[in-house]
Formats: sequence, C-alpha cells, structure tokens
Amino acid sequence: MARSVTTARKTANTIVAGALGLLMFFPVLWIIILSFKTEGDAIKAPLEILFNTGWTTESYGTVQARSNYFKHFSNSLIISLGSTFLGILIAVPAAWAMAFVPAKRTKDVLMWMLSTKMLPPVGVLVPIYLIFRDLGLLDTRTGLVFVLMMINLPIIVWMLYTYFREIPGEILEAARMDGASLREEVIYVLLPMAIPGMASTVLLNIILAWNEAFWTLNLTAAKAAPLTAFIASYSSPEGLFYAKLSAASVMAIAPILIMGWFSQKQLVRGLTFGAVK
Amino acid sequence: MNVKSLVKLGKGIAGASGLVSVIATAAFAEEITIATVNNSDMIIMQELSSQWEEQTGNSVEWVVLEENVLRQRATTDIATDGGSFDIVTIGAYEAPIWGAQDWLVALDDFDDSYDYEDIFEPVRNGLSANGTLYAVPFYAESSFTFYRTDLFEGAGIEVPSEQMTYDDFAAIAAQLHDPDNGVYGTCQRGKAGWGENMAFVGPLVNAFGGRWFDMDWNPTIDSAEWSAAISYYVDLMNNYGPPGATANGHNENRALFADGKCATWVDATSAAGYIFNPDESSVHDKTGFFQAPKQVTDKGTGWFWAWALAIPKSSQKVDAAKEFLAWSTSKGYVELVGESKGWVAAPPGTRQSTYDNASYIDAAPFAATVLNSILAANPADATRDPVPYTGVQFVAIPEFQGIGNYVGQQVSAALAGQQTVEQTLANSQRFAVREMTKAGYIK
Amino acid sequence: MISPAVVLLLGWMLVPLSLTIYFSFLRYNLITPGANPFVGWENYYWFLTDPSFKAAMANTFMLVGGVLLITVAGGILFALLLDQPMWGQGIVRIMAIAPFFVMPTVSGLVWKNMFMNPVNGIFGHIAYGLGVQPIDFFSQIPLLSIILIVSWQWLPFATLILLTALQSLDQEQLEAAEMDGAGSMSRFIYIMLPHLARAITVVILIQTIFLLSIFAEILVTTNGGPGVSTTNLTYLIYVSSLLQFDVGIGSAGGVIAIILANIVAFFLMRMIGKNLDA
Repeated sequence: MARSVTTARKTANTIVAGALGLLMFFPVLWIIILSFKTEGDAIKAPLEILFNTGWTTESYGTVQARSNYFKHFSNSLIISLGSTFLGILIAVPAAWAMAFVPAKRTKDVLMWMLSTKMLPPVGVLVPIYLIFRDLGLLDTRTGLVFVLMMINLPIIVWMLYTYFREIPGEILEAARMDGASLREEVIYVLLPMAIPGMASTVLLNIILAWNEAFWTLNLTAAKAAPLTAFIASYSSPEGLFYAKLSAASVMAIAPILIMGWFSQKQLVRGLTFGAVK
Repeated sequence: MNVKSLVKLGKGIAGASGLVSVIATAAFAEEITIATVNNSDMIIMQELSSQWEEQTGNSVEWVVLEENVLRQRATTDIATDGGSFDIVTIGAYEAPIWGAQDWLVALDDFDDSYDYEDIFEPVRNGLSANGTLYAVPFYAESSFTFYRTDLFEGAGIEVPSEQMTYDDFAAIAAQLHDPDNGVYGTCQRGKAGWGENMAFVGPLVNAFGGRWFDMDWNPTIDSAEWSAAISYYVDLMNNYGPPGATANGHNENRALFADGKCATWVDATSAAGYIFNPDESSVHDKTGFFQAPKQVTDKGTGWFWAWALAIPKSSQKVDAAKEFLAWSTSKGYVELVGESKGWVAAPPGTRQSTYDNASYIDAAPFAATVLNSILAANPADATRDPVPYTGVQFVAIPEFQGIGNYVGQQVSAALAGQQTVEQTLANSQRFAVREMTKAGYIK
Repeated sequence: MISPAVVLLLGWMLVPLSLTIYFSFLRYNLITPGANPFVGWENYYWFLTDPSFKAAMANTFMLVGGVLLITVAGGILFALLLDQPMWGQGIVRIMAIAPFFVMPTVSGLVWKNMFMNPVNGIFGHIAYGLGVQPIDFFSQIPLLSIILIVSWQWLPFATLILLTALQSLDQEQLEAAEMDGAGSMSRFIYIMLPHLARAITVVILIQTIFLLSIFAEILVTTNGGPGVSTTNLTYLIYVSSLLQFDVGIGSAGGVIAIILANIVAFFLMRMIGKNLDA
C-alpha cells in the first residue's frame, strides 16, 4: 500500500525545499549576476542591482585582458584529470587486493592511509619545496599531478575498496569455474560491475583536485599555475572590484560546476563510501 | 628505409627549422617571469610591457599575487634557491635585508641613459645595502592626510597651514562624522599586518614619542607612549571610523575614500594619483591634503616606502631581466605612462625628472606636497628617543615582520573590542621579547 | 597488489616527514641564512609555549565541531525534507549541491566581500534597509563567520550522503510502524536514526579529515584574526613557517600537528571502524 499524499502537502514540501535549495544556491547565483554588472553598480543595494541596473560583459573582458584564462584553465584541466587517472591506476590494484584478498592487516593499512590525509600540508611545504627544486619539478604540471595524486590517493583507495567489497565473491568464482583467466575476470566481470563506483570516484577526485588551493599556489609560478592561482590575483585588488572578482570567480568555478551538475547522478550514486547497504 | 630512420629524419628537420626560426627572431629571445602585486601601477606596467616585448623579442610571464602571498612566495623561493622568478616586486623593507644576504643581483651597472643620479637619494639609499643598489624603484611614497575640501568648507573648518596634532585631528573627525549620510569621520587601516595597520600605527606611535626597541634591543611596547597611541587609535576608529574597519587595508580604504565615504584619511601619497583620477574617483575634484599629524614629536610622523623590482640571484636569465628593469624604471617609461595613460597616473616619487616635467606638475596638483613628504621622511632618525634601528613604520631587521604581524593582529583584536589595550600591549611585549630572545638579540 | 599504493604513500609520508622531523631540531630560519645548528628540543619548547598555541587548539576544536554539528544536523533535516514527495526534486538537488563544487578560495572571497562586508555586502544592505546596525562579521563573530562559510560548503556533501541512505530505507518498515501508531518523532528516533548511523559516521569521518586542515577560507577572510580568534593549528604553523619563515619552529609545529592528527585518527577509527564493519 503506497502512502497517499495530498496535493497540498506536496505543494508545501516543494515550496519549503525550493526555498532552501535557492538559499544554498544563492551565493553562486549572486556572483553570476554581479559578474554582468559594472563595478559601480555591483556595490549598490541588492534590489537596486536586480531591478535598476543594466547588464554588461565588460568585467569578463577586463579579466581576460589581464590574465590568460585559457592557460590557467588548461593547467587546471591537465592537473586534475592527470592526477585522478594516475591515482586510479595505482589505487585499483590496491583496492582490489584489499577487497578480495583480505589479509589480517588490511583494515589497519586502509585506516593508516586515510590518516595520512590529516597531515597539515603547511608543515611539510619547505621539505617538499626543496625536493621539488632538486628534481626540477617546481612550476611544472608533472609535479602538481604527482602531489595532487598523492594527497587524494587515500580517498581513491578507500572509495574503490568499498565498491569492490560490494561485488559478491560468488560471481568471480563462477567466472573462474567457467575458465576465465584473471585478466578476463577483471575485464569482463569486475570492471563492468565497478564502473558506477569508479565513475563517482573519478568525479569526486576531479573536484577535489580542481579546488585544491595550497599546493597549487605554492609550487607554481607562471607556467603551471592553475585556476586557483588565477583567483588569487583578484583577491585584494585596488579600487572597486566586486564585478571583476565575480567574473573571475565564475570563470574559475563554472567548468567544475557544469561538470558536477551533468554528472551529479553518478556522483551521488557512488558518494556513499559504503555507507548505504 | 625503416620507421626508426624516418623518425630520426623528421626530428632532424624539426630541430633544424626550429633553430633557424629562433635565430631569425632574436639572438636571445627569452621568457622572464615576474612576480608582482595587484596594484594599478603594476597593471599599467603589464599592459605596457607588450611594447618592450616587441622591441626586444623577449616575452614576460606575470605572476600576480596579493601582497602577503607574494612576500611569502618570493621569500620561500629565493631562500631555497628555487629559481622560479626572474624579477620580484619587493619593498623598502626587504631590499636592504635581502641585498645584505646576497640574495639579489646588484643593479648598479645600467648604462648612462638610466641616470642613477636622477633617482632621489633617500629612495636609492632605502634600496641599497652597504652602498650597493639591489632594487630599482618603481614608485616611492610617504604618508599624508587626504581630506574632503567640500566637507571642511561645509563645516567651516580651516585647513591647517602647520602640522596639526592628532588631538586636533580627532576633533575634526568628530565634527565631520556623519554615518547617517554615509560619511565617516576618518578611515584608517585596521586590517592586521605589518604592512597594513602597522604602517599607520607605527608613525602614530612615533608621534606619541614611542619606539619599538631601546638601545639594547629590549622591546618597549608596554610603555606609556604605546599605550597612549593605541588607546587613541582604538577610540578614534570606534568613534569616527567606518564599520568593519578591522577588514580594511590600504585598498579597501582607498575604495571607500574614492567612493566619498570618508572625510579624512591618512595614507600613502601614492594613492593621490588614484584619488585625483576622474575615471576612478568620485571625489577627484574635492580632495585636498596636508601633512600627517604629529603629537608630542613631529619625528617619524610620515612613513617612507618604495615598491621596487629586484632580480633574485637564483634567476637563470639575469641579462634579460636587467634589460627589463632598465626599461621599466627609466625616465622613458615614466613618459610612456604619462603619454599613454595620462600624466596623473605616472609613477610618483622616484625621479627628479618627473617633477621637472611641466605636464606632470599640471596634471598632479599634489606633486609638490608628495615630493616634500618623501624628502622629509628620514628612516635614520624617526623617533624621539634614540634607537638602534632604521625605518619609520618598520624596523629594518629580518625578525621585524614576525613581530610586526603579531602586534598588528593584537591591535586589530583591540580594535574589534575583543581585548583591552593593556592586554594588547602586554601580549605584544611578551611576544616581542620571545622573538628577540629566540633570535639572540637579548641574551 | 597493494604494494604500489602502499610504497608510494609510505614514500610520500616518510621522505617529507623525516625531513620535517630533522628540521624541527635545527635552528633554521629562511630569512637569516647561515649555519643551521642543532638545537635539540628548543623549537618544540617555543612552539608549545607560544601564547597562540592554546587558542589555536581551541579554535581547531571549535571549528571542526561547529561545522560537524551544523552540517550533520542540517544535513539530516535537509535530507528528510528532500525525501518527501515533491515536484522538481531534481532541480532542488542541483541547486543544493552547488556549494560543494565551489573552490574554498572563491567561497571565502565571495562571502567576505559580497555578503559579510558591513558596508557593501548584502547583509550590510539588508541591515541598512531595516534601519539596524549591520553586523561586522569578521570582527564581532569571526570564528562563527568562518564556521558558517565552511558549513555552507560541506552541507551539500552531508545532505547527499544522508539522502542516499534515507532512500534505501525500507518503506514497509516505516509504514508498519505507522500502522502500529508510532508518531513521526518516534519513527525518526527508532527507525530512521539507527538506519542513518552508518552514513552519519561516514560524514563525520570524511569531513573531519578535511576540516582539520582548513586553511584557504581563513587566509582570504581574516588572516587568523582579529588577534588569534580564528587561528587554527594549520594557520598557526603557516604563520611560523611561512610568515616568520622559521622553518625550525614550523616543522616542530608540523610534527605536533601530525601527532595530534594521528590521535584523532586513532579515536575516529576506533569509533567508526566498528560501525563500518557492520
């Protein structure tokens, strides 16, 4: 028997949830609006901005004239994709082994991996800086791919581990009985079942890498600087800057926001860390 | 012919043609990386640098950062010999210290057309260590008081001809404070940092007769002079300042003043170009200026600062970097800015030739006052009582930025009303003693 | 098979960590070059007796605790609401998830300038419109302001995980309880909450990992101030090692933070490991 719901109740739910959703989204919406205003208009009272000012794209022009957006954008893209796929490559065997060939210490290893994420990065900046200098990795995308891969690896391993564990061992055994090799087992049985989980791991890690602002700012200068460094140059400029800051912010978050929206089903489906059974 | 040799051949052709094209464009086309702050003068330089790129065939990559982040990135990179930057923007505080540490390339060998003598002597001295110039000035500044001529007139306040006291200044701020109409009596820096609120507080303490250290490097922040100065600052800002003052640094106050929200403002003379620029400022035709106030002494009441460009020793492209500096701080560059961006925007405070130029004097009504303030600021004699250090709003030792930042944070906590002035000074004194002990000044 | 990941992580941890430990026993300041003599425990002494240290510990605790409280409680409420029948649930979800995609630097800057600025920010304009004194967020309630900003970023994460968990709840069980006359409150306490326990622990675990090292939001809004009221442990280490350039003391602080993080991790794992095994 399905619960019957009155239309009034449904309407009330919609209104309350819609209002809360809008409240959460409002800051993002607001910078989108401000980015299409002039500097002078952007500091006016909210109602006046909404109903009494014109629209312009001049802030985007100014920002693009002052900094090379596409360079930063492509750096961000390469760094976040690179670090994610490299991380997956290394994490899959580890997570597979933990899930299907559990040893006594598996759990401890996993927990230790996660605890490495709690180390404050500032504490190790100078050592890393010195190592990077000696390896010639300062201000290179290779260096950043490596660092971001390392800091997100624990999360990747853990997420993959929780998905793999949900794959019933019997299926693998059945495949083996049918004479499948380990390679075939992985490609034809494991991978198709793990794809939703992998997809969501990949998405989450692209987001984390895209938004990482400490290492990306401190280990780059001009060549490898991603969008986090681009934003840093608009943090406290002279004069009125709300419109320019808004435009730069929109440019920095738009790619990941759009990707996130399109893939939110996949992201959410996997975003449970084995929490839902 | 097998594949391998084909690839080899391809590589050879690509290599050769690449080489030819390099030779064709310029003998030493190089790409230099410049780390800088996001202020309007540097934005102009970014725009104009394309001309230098065309002239020389070199190219410039800009890394634009907020002041604190820039200082941190530059220091980390230079101290670890990282070599990420070919030119860094540094100030009058860093230049002598870094120069003495052999971190910077000496810049005393530009050709005659550069005319070192044309750069004001105090500016050159401020950027030298042991008599060698380590950074070339982009602009130099002192501090003075901006005020709104219309508001002064409206309230019948006479513009002082002599240096006024901070007591008189507070009385004026009180008279003009009109928050209901969106005008605050005074805007001063409240954002914590040795280069932010302490740039105002330092000269204020000097005026009240205070000093950072006695002749034996013992901190004297818990003195009666400091107490009087900080109490004055907190009262002034709480009574006649804008809300949210603890978040306001130079840029925020400049925006407030340009927007007509402040009656008075004691800050950098270099902001005059912005305030008097009709494109940027709504008060360009109703702003005047006079000296920063004094109190028990008139020593050290106006600060001295210069933004300058320097080349780290770790740079691999010293020659191209030098070439850029010789261009971007030359007489010709000042003229280029004047002609293309309007003379009011020309970089102030560095060269006699700028002040001999009639176009500049016409466009910048503040020129003479600015020049006098800069030439009057004396970092070597900025306190009533004798001190072992130089510097007006800072102390020229490496340890100062740590101490200055901490005291700045404490002062901003007092301004926010989170602690009393006594607590502020006691905490600051304790911290300064710790730092000076750590560094070995106090045995 | 585990080994590549383990070896890499071990290397990643051990190489910088051993350098950090080594530096923590040296007098090593970037801005006073020269010999870096061995000084024993001196750096630890200076870091632990730093007047800001206690405040930083308290602030770290408040920050993590405050954000967890808001996001878990808010997340449960939001998830319950979204689980109700309604039109356009997809659109609401798209709007609500947005903050999670925003860079910490951007959200710090946007909240600081466009919202919390008492003169030009939206809250300032609203207060002005209502004729009341605007709140000066970063000087009157600095830590709470940071907590609010960070909570805004993490609330979507908590909501989504809790919502997924809620949707897997057996509807028949709920209906049976309803038939038996259980009120909505007791249904929530006895059926939903136990079902959510696992999801809540996951939210706490993941968020704690990220919240312990909150940095960008503080850097762009308050710089740890006024005074030390928003200085957390990460920020204090930043001040020592990158504003005072004292690598020795910064490293000592780093080692202390690592020890503390491991203590937290240990208890967290104890608490949550059990829950995850179930």
